[in-house]
Amino acid sequence: MKLSVWTYEGPPHVGAMRVATAMKGLHYVLHAPQGDTYADLLFTMIERRDRRPPVTYTTFQARDLGADTANLFKTACTEAVERFDPQAIIVGASCTAELIQDDPGGMAETMGLGIPVIPLELPSYQRKENFGADETFFQIVRTLARPTDRTGRITCNLIGATALGFRHRDDITELTGLLMEMGIEVNVTAPYDATPADITRLGAAHFNVLMYPETGEAACRWMERELGQPFTKTVPIGVGATRDFLREVAEITGLTPKIDETRLRLPWYSASVDSTYLTGKRVFLFGDGTHVAAAARIARDEMGFEVVGLGCYNREQARMIRALAKDYGVDALVTDDYLEVEARIEALAPEMILGTQMERHIGKRLGIPCAVISAPVHVQDFPARYSPQMGIEGANVIFDTWVHPLVMGLEEHLLHMFREDFEFHDDAGASHHGGKAVSASDAADPVAETAPHPPADSAAMTETADVVWHPAAEKELKRIPFFVRGKARRNTESYATERGMAEISVDTLYEAKAHFAR
Amino acid sequence: MMDGAHTQSGCRDAPLLKERGQREVFCGLTAIVWLHRKMQDAFFLVVGSRTCAHLLQSAAGVMIFAEPRFGTAILEETDLAGMADAQVELDREVEKLLSRRSDIRRLFLVGSCPSEVIKLDLAKAAERLSAKYNPHVNVVNFSGSGIETTFTEGEDACLAALVPELPETQDRQLIVAGALPDVVQDQMLGLLDDMGIGPVTVLPTMRADDPAAVGPNTVFALNQPFLNETHAALIRRGARHIAAPFPFGEEGTTAWLRAIANEFGVDQDTFDRVTAAPRDRARRAVAQAGATLHDKSVFLFPDSQLEIPLARFLTRECGMTATEIGQPYVHRDIVGPDMALIGDGPVFSEGQDVDKQLERARDARADLTVCGLGLANPLEAEGLTTKWAIELVFTPIHFYEQAGDLAGLFARPLRRRDLLKVDAP
Repeated sequence: MKLSVWTYEGPPHVGAMRVATAMKGLHYVLHAPQGDTYADLLFTMIERRDRRPPVTYTTFQARDLGADTANLFKTACTEAVERFDPQAIIVGASCTAELIQDDPGGMAETMGLGIPVIPLELPSYQRKENFGADETFFQIVRTLARPTDRTGRITCNLIGATALGFRHRDDITELTGLLMEMGIEVNVTAPYDATPADITRLGAAHFNVLMYPETGEAACRWMERELGQPFTKTVPIGVGATRDFLREVAEITGLTPKIDETRLRLPWYSASVDSTYLTGKRVFLFGDGTHVAAAARIARDEMGFEVVGLGCYNREQARMIRALAKDYGVDALVTDDYLEVEARIEALAPEMILGTQMERHIGKRLGIPCAVISAPVHVQDFPARYSPQMGIEGANVIFDTWVHPLVMGLEEHLLHMFREDFEFHDDAGASHHGGKAVSASDAADPVAETAPHPPADSAAMTETADVVWHPAAEKELKRIPFFVRGKARRNTESYATERGMAEISVDTLYEAKAHFAR
Repeated sequence: MMDGAHTQSGCRDAPLLKERGQREVFCGLTAIVWLHRKMQDAFFLVVGSRTCAHLLQSAAGVMIFAEPRFGTAILEETDLAGMADAQVELDREVEKLLSRRSDIRRLFLVGSCPSEVIKLDLAKAAERLSAKYNPHVNVVNFSGSGIETTFTEGEDACLAALVPELPETQDRQLIVAGALPDVVQDQMLGLLDDMGIGPVTVLPTMRADDPAAVGPNTVFALNQPFLNETHAALIRRGARHIAAPFPFGEEGTTAWLRAIANEFGVDQDTFDRVTAAPRDRARRAVAQAGATLHDKSVFLFPDSQLEIPLARFLTRECGMTATEIGQPYVHRDIVGPDMALIGDGPVFSEGQDVDKQLERARDARADLTVCGLGLANPLEAEGLTTKWAIELVFTPIHFYEQAGDLAGLFARPLRRRDLLKVDAP
């Protein structure tokens, strides 16, 4: 038993729903109690889908238990096939139905439904959403895909995009265009928009593009083994990764790598002088392993940030993330405990967070800007406009998205210069963001008033520290811009502690500053 | 218009279309989202699965607090293997929680589908933990599971679990049951107080130490129509129910207050003096906000259990016609007075077979379809105008001063459809 407050991933059957909802002509019969239908709203509300997920829930109640839950399942199954006329069905149980052991898969297979029945075994008490999606898609592919002649021209499949994915819709468009420029056609995109009939044609492609390892890797490995299709290992998010990806595709296909970079703006935007202020910005990254790995490379090599910490919530990617963290000289944080992530961010006091919707909330509370790079995401992360993460346009989108939450270049310098100005001070916030300007006197400590747990910057922490701050030093500290103040406090305190000093004066503050200068 | 209410039977005895099939509803755990805001020293510990945690997060929609006063003790493979372990594990999690959160005075162990299927005895656990942590923390158990409760019934189960804990009193008093936003609750208490009705106790109390008691001289009123078990539990403690329409809109609020005023012997002059001004305001506000609704039709899917009283408000105060009024459950003792005020015509349905009901809704093509979040966008995409029902439990809608807002909630989707000049492809 483990207490959980907020979760990064839903249960595995929600992963199966992401696959079913992304596909067409497939139906999911889910043995589940009343109430589990809440998951529909993730798709209809967060992703604004205009039709219900293709899921029939048995919605059994207490009075059905021990009586005829098995019959309830059979009826639901028969009626779903009649009503929705799918090309194939997947069947499975949610956490509660797993306990009553009705074996929906076994039952459905013996019902003579006349269409392929794909049973799912998703252990609800051990695994989570990403596993559920990966396993479901793998089972669909394993059941339906067969070796077949390759297409005459060089084609590939795009694998891994699901419903509720972070920018999956637009990544498909971007990659399709990118591959087209090299003369490669897309055979099938799956699960997104694929029908079971399309799945049977997967084998016609020359290779697979694994877009998202979280949800497509098991299927790609199976297709490599059984259908002889190699798959790409580079996820083309960021300029460097996109170039590497096309080189990898060239190696697989024997074609010449081709890339039209005329609409690529990230490198110049990063090099232009306004971006000088981005230099060495301390960023913390958290999300699914794939997006964090891609974002770390962009942050360091394409934006000139300093990665001060990174981690992922999906254990399946723990090994990769640990190796990556080593490469970046930081400790990896592999956890699905939101409070641990918050504590790490508080301790590291980064200037920006690149995370999920959860980290956006953390950032809001701690007053740290945050840009979203990974699922889980909210309704605002399904924008109306075209905004991929992958490929050329993805890189442009990422530059804009990451810079937006920050105070702008020249503005940041002005904040330094006029930090005690009555209307142009730290708490006034960035001029391009909403919210009304706060006068310096009103803005005493807005965070502490609204948050139950005040951040490290509050007075309470000063008292508990081993060293005492002189009032003058404390005052001087307050004159340091808010986004580096936490770091300055910590550095000064560790500098003092290391030297056995019990008190911090203004001199100590500046000695520490000189010591840590970079 | 109100005075004829007790002599006519309207749809009080209308037949019910009983449906069995797929239900598109939340489970009772959802009620924790508003209950924890109302009970400010309570923690709601769901003993369940990752699905339960995911539901709470999805229903809450926003994550305002780093550490909210609810959480899920997620059962793992090892807990399912042996029962004794699960109890020990629960004790450990509670210990950790309470040592970190000294502000918690009431701890609810909330049962879920999995905890009930494996027959994890949370009542016993609550007793054991109460003995350990009393008097600082009181531990109470209730079920919010989907196999036992539908959506708002979670609040019912919670309040019903509190009733046996109440001390006995012989005093003549009024209990009003149902969690309301503070501002609305204060308006309600103000109206009752102005008529000289008291003492009044509200369930749930905001804090553990707020006085509340029950006994044979207690009368009680419900301000939420889903409080079936609470109703039964209060009657078991000797209290007597004041049946009335629910306080939605001007008419509902007046009827609700009138029933209580009659019980307490308030004279007509006093009643009129206290209610005249807010009644008039409410009528004007509904007329204004609800103008769009006049002569429009409405189809209500079963969701929050507020459907019958709301249909009464929409048909009688906003001039709408109801085609179907669905409720997860119909308890005539409780919603009978509202049914009696609804004119002939609508189909009353109980339970759900969602695909069949969707077919009826498509056939009816009502001007406004009230439904859950899972159905709203798909129906909008089919050209229907919808109002999502969850907003009705998260928004202040009771009593006079909110009557206009309530009409406005239903009118907004219609006004919006009129405003938009570009069709969705």
